Amino acid sequence: MTAPILSLKNVNKSFGPIDVLHDINLDLRAGEVLCLLGDNGAGKSTVIRLLSGVHKPTTGEILMDGKPVSFANPREASDHGIATVHQFGGTFPLMSIGRSFFVGLEPTKGWGPFKIYDRRRANEIAVKAVQSFGITRIDDGDRLVGGLSGGERQSLAIARAVHFGARVLILDEPTAALGVKQAAHVLRIVNEAKRRGLAVIFITHQVMHAMAVGDHFAVLIRGAIAADFHKGEKTREEITDLMAGGETMATLEAEIEGYMQAHDGHPPQVASPA
Amino acid sequence: MTSNSSIGGLLRRPEAGAFLGLVAVLIFFAIFGGVTFLKPAGMSSWLNVAANLGVIAIPVGLLMIAGELDISVGAMVPLGAMTVAVVSGHFGLSIWLGVALTLSFGVIVGLINGYMVIRTAVPSLIVTLGSLFAVQGIVLGLTVLITKSTSVALATEGPAKAIFGDFVLGGQLQAMVIWWLIVTAFYIFFVHFSRFGNWIFAMGGDKVSARNAGIPTERLTITLFVLSSTSAAFVGMCQAILYNSAQVAGGQSFIFNAIISVVVGGVLLTGGFGSVVGIFFGTITFAIVNQGIYYTDFDRNWSSLIIGVLLLLAVLMNNTFRKMALSYSSKKKGAKT
Repeated sequence: MTAPILSLKNVNKSFGPIDVLHDINLDLRAGEVLCLLGDNGAGKSTVIRLLSGVHKPTTGEILMDGKPVSFANPREASDHGIATVHQFGGTFPLMSIGRSFFVGLEPTKGWGPFKIYDRRRANEIAVKAVQSFGITRIDDGDRLVGGLSGGERQSLAIARAVHFGARVLILDEPTAALGVKQAAHVLRIVNEAKRRGLAVIFITHQVMHAMAVGDHFAVLIRGAIAADFHKGEKTREEITDLMAGGETMATLEAEIEGYMQAHDGHPPQVASPA
Repeated sequence: MTSNSSIGGLLRRPEAGAFLGLVAVLIFFAIFGGVTFLKPAGMSSWLNVAANLGVIAIPVGLLMIAGELDISVGAMVPLGAMTVAVVSGHFGLSIWLGVALTLSFGVIVGLINGYMVIRTAVPSLIVTLGSLFAVQGIVLGLTVLITKSTSVALATEGPAKAIFGDFVLGGQLQAMVIWWLIVTAFYIFFVHFSRFGNWIFAMGGDKVSARNAGIPTERLTITLFVLSSTSAAFVGMCQAILYNSAQVAGGQSFIFNAIISVVVGGVLLTGGFGSVVGIFFGTITFAIVNQGIYYTDFDRNWSSLIIGVLLLLAVLMNNTFRKMALSYSSKKKGAKT
């Protein structure tokens, strides 16, 4: 097995008196999709914020290529090749595709104080980068980002990260707000990023989406890693149960089943006002 | 360049509404105001108004594109006028010293505004509302303390008079018109051709993403606040030099007039969308309505009604054009898979 690009070693994070993460150990390898699963409040977002430079671990360390790293801000994390794409793509709805693709790194032409933004080149590169991820519907870099579908925006953001040399891609619930078709779109792009040798951290609620692309799964429960396993080691039901916090899903199902039998399939009676 | 050459492409640009509005008011006043309105004397009346307003409206509009607002310009105009009048008129010092001090006060207030906006989470409307009143207080208090009057005379001669506050080109256009055209050209380059313009739009679109993309959002915010307050001080200074006197009051009208020009010009109030050319057109439109009424048989009192209706129409029209821009996909739909 190849050496991990990114590792968390015994990472703890607390905000004041509240401990959010306990002894997190995670390894991430190139060409691998790590699915980070867990219920709301389990600490998924905190893990992402540590990796993307928003917070620093209270104790423990983050290793990149075996060397300890510390990010003072998100900019430093992205300089190390860690790119985070948020739910809505983090792009600018009223900017053109070309302009938003190159925000902060605009290509220019000309010299001295007369350097001008090279719109034609920016559009060309942006469209080519997005199309190489299979989004052939985007063919005009002057279109506004806000006119794209949710899946296309995600794709644009991912293509942008890859173009600027990201090695680790963190996708924060990229499929949460999307329909079935759009989600499939994004999953294909995750696979494409993996094929290109990026390490992907994929955060999701949806076990189906995780199983479609994941190689490696980590389940967080109340700030600790409750399970860390590879593809094929657990069934979908087992993962769902883990995410819901142990056996609760089965218990809940049994409870509903029992209720339905006892009440002949009728919904609960609401006490009517006398 | 393909998408900008068609009529549809032109309509999707932020200044489309402003341009149509300008054409509409030009036709309206040409019909009801007669040809005098378009003769040099008539034109200079609204060009002078547009120039004084435009120099302030563009930086105010850029702040709005960046997601901020600066209403303290209303106090910076009398501050600029008073500074140069007190220094060079009351104390009789060199006009150039007055100019330098005026512009440095503009920079200082801009730095304070910008710094307070980035250091506190207070919206810039409130911050600059505070500095609007604070600066007004300082201007009134200090002027009365120093000169025992609320109006100070200023006599300027030589090159300073010609550069900042004289009539040019046949004696009806103010020097400010030249300044306005120069700074507009400068802003068009800065905003639409250099890469810094992209940063302003990104900042107004999504400040956190912009910062994560490596844009120095804080430095840019401060720079824009310095630009707007210095521009306002500059306009006040030029007016004092032109009219040979300065008053502590006045300047308040610039707040709303600048915002109207900017919004009519197609800038989105919440930031992220707009253009310098649009603000330029918006300013001219405002000035035409403001001055054109004198050339018609209508009662002067109706001009505010026209401006109000114009503002609402412009906003509605700009919303429509922005939706068109968003939904636009490609001209050659059939050819694509």
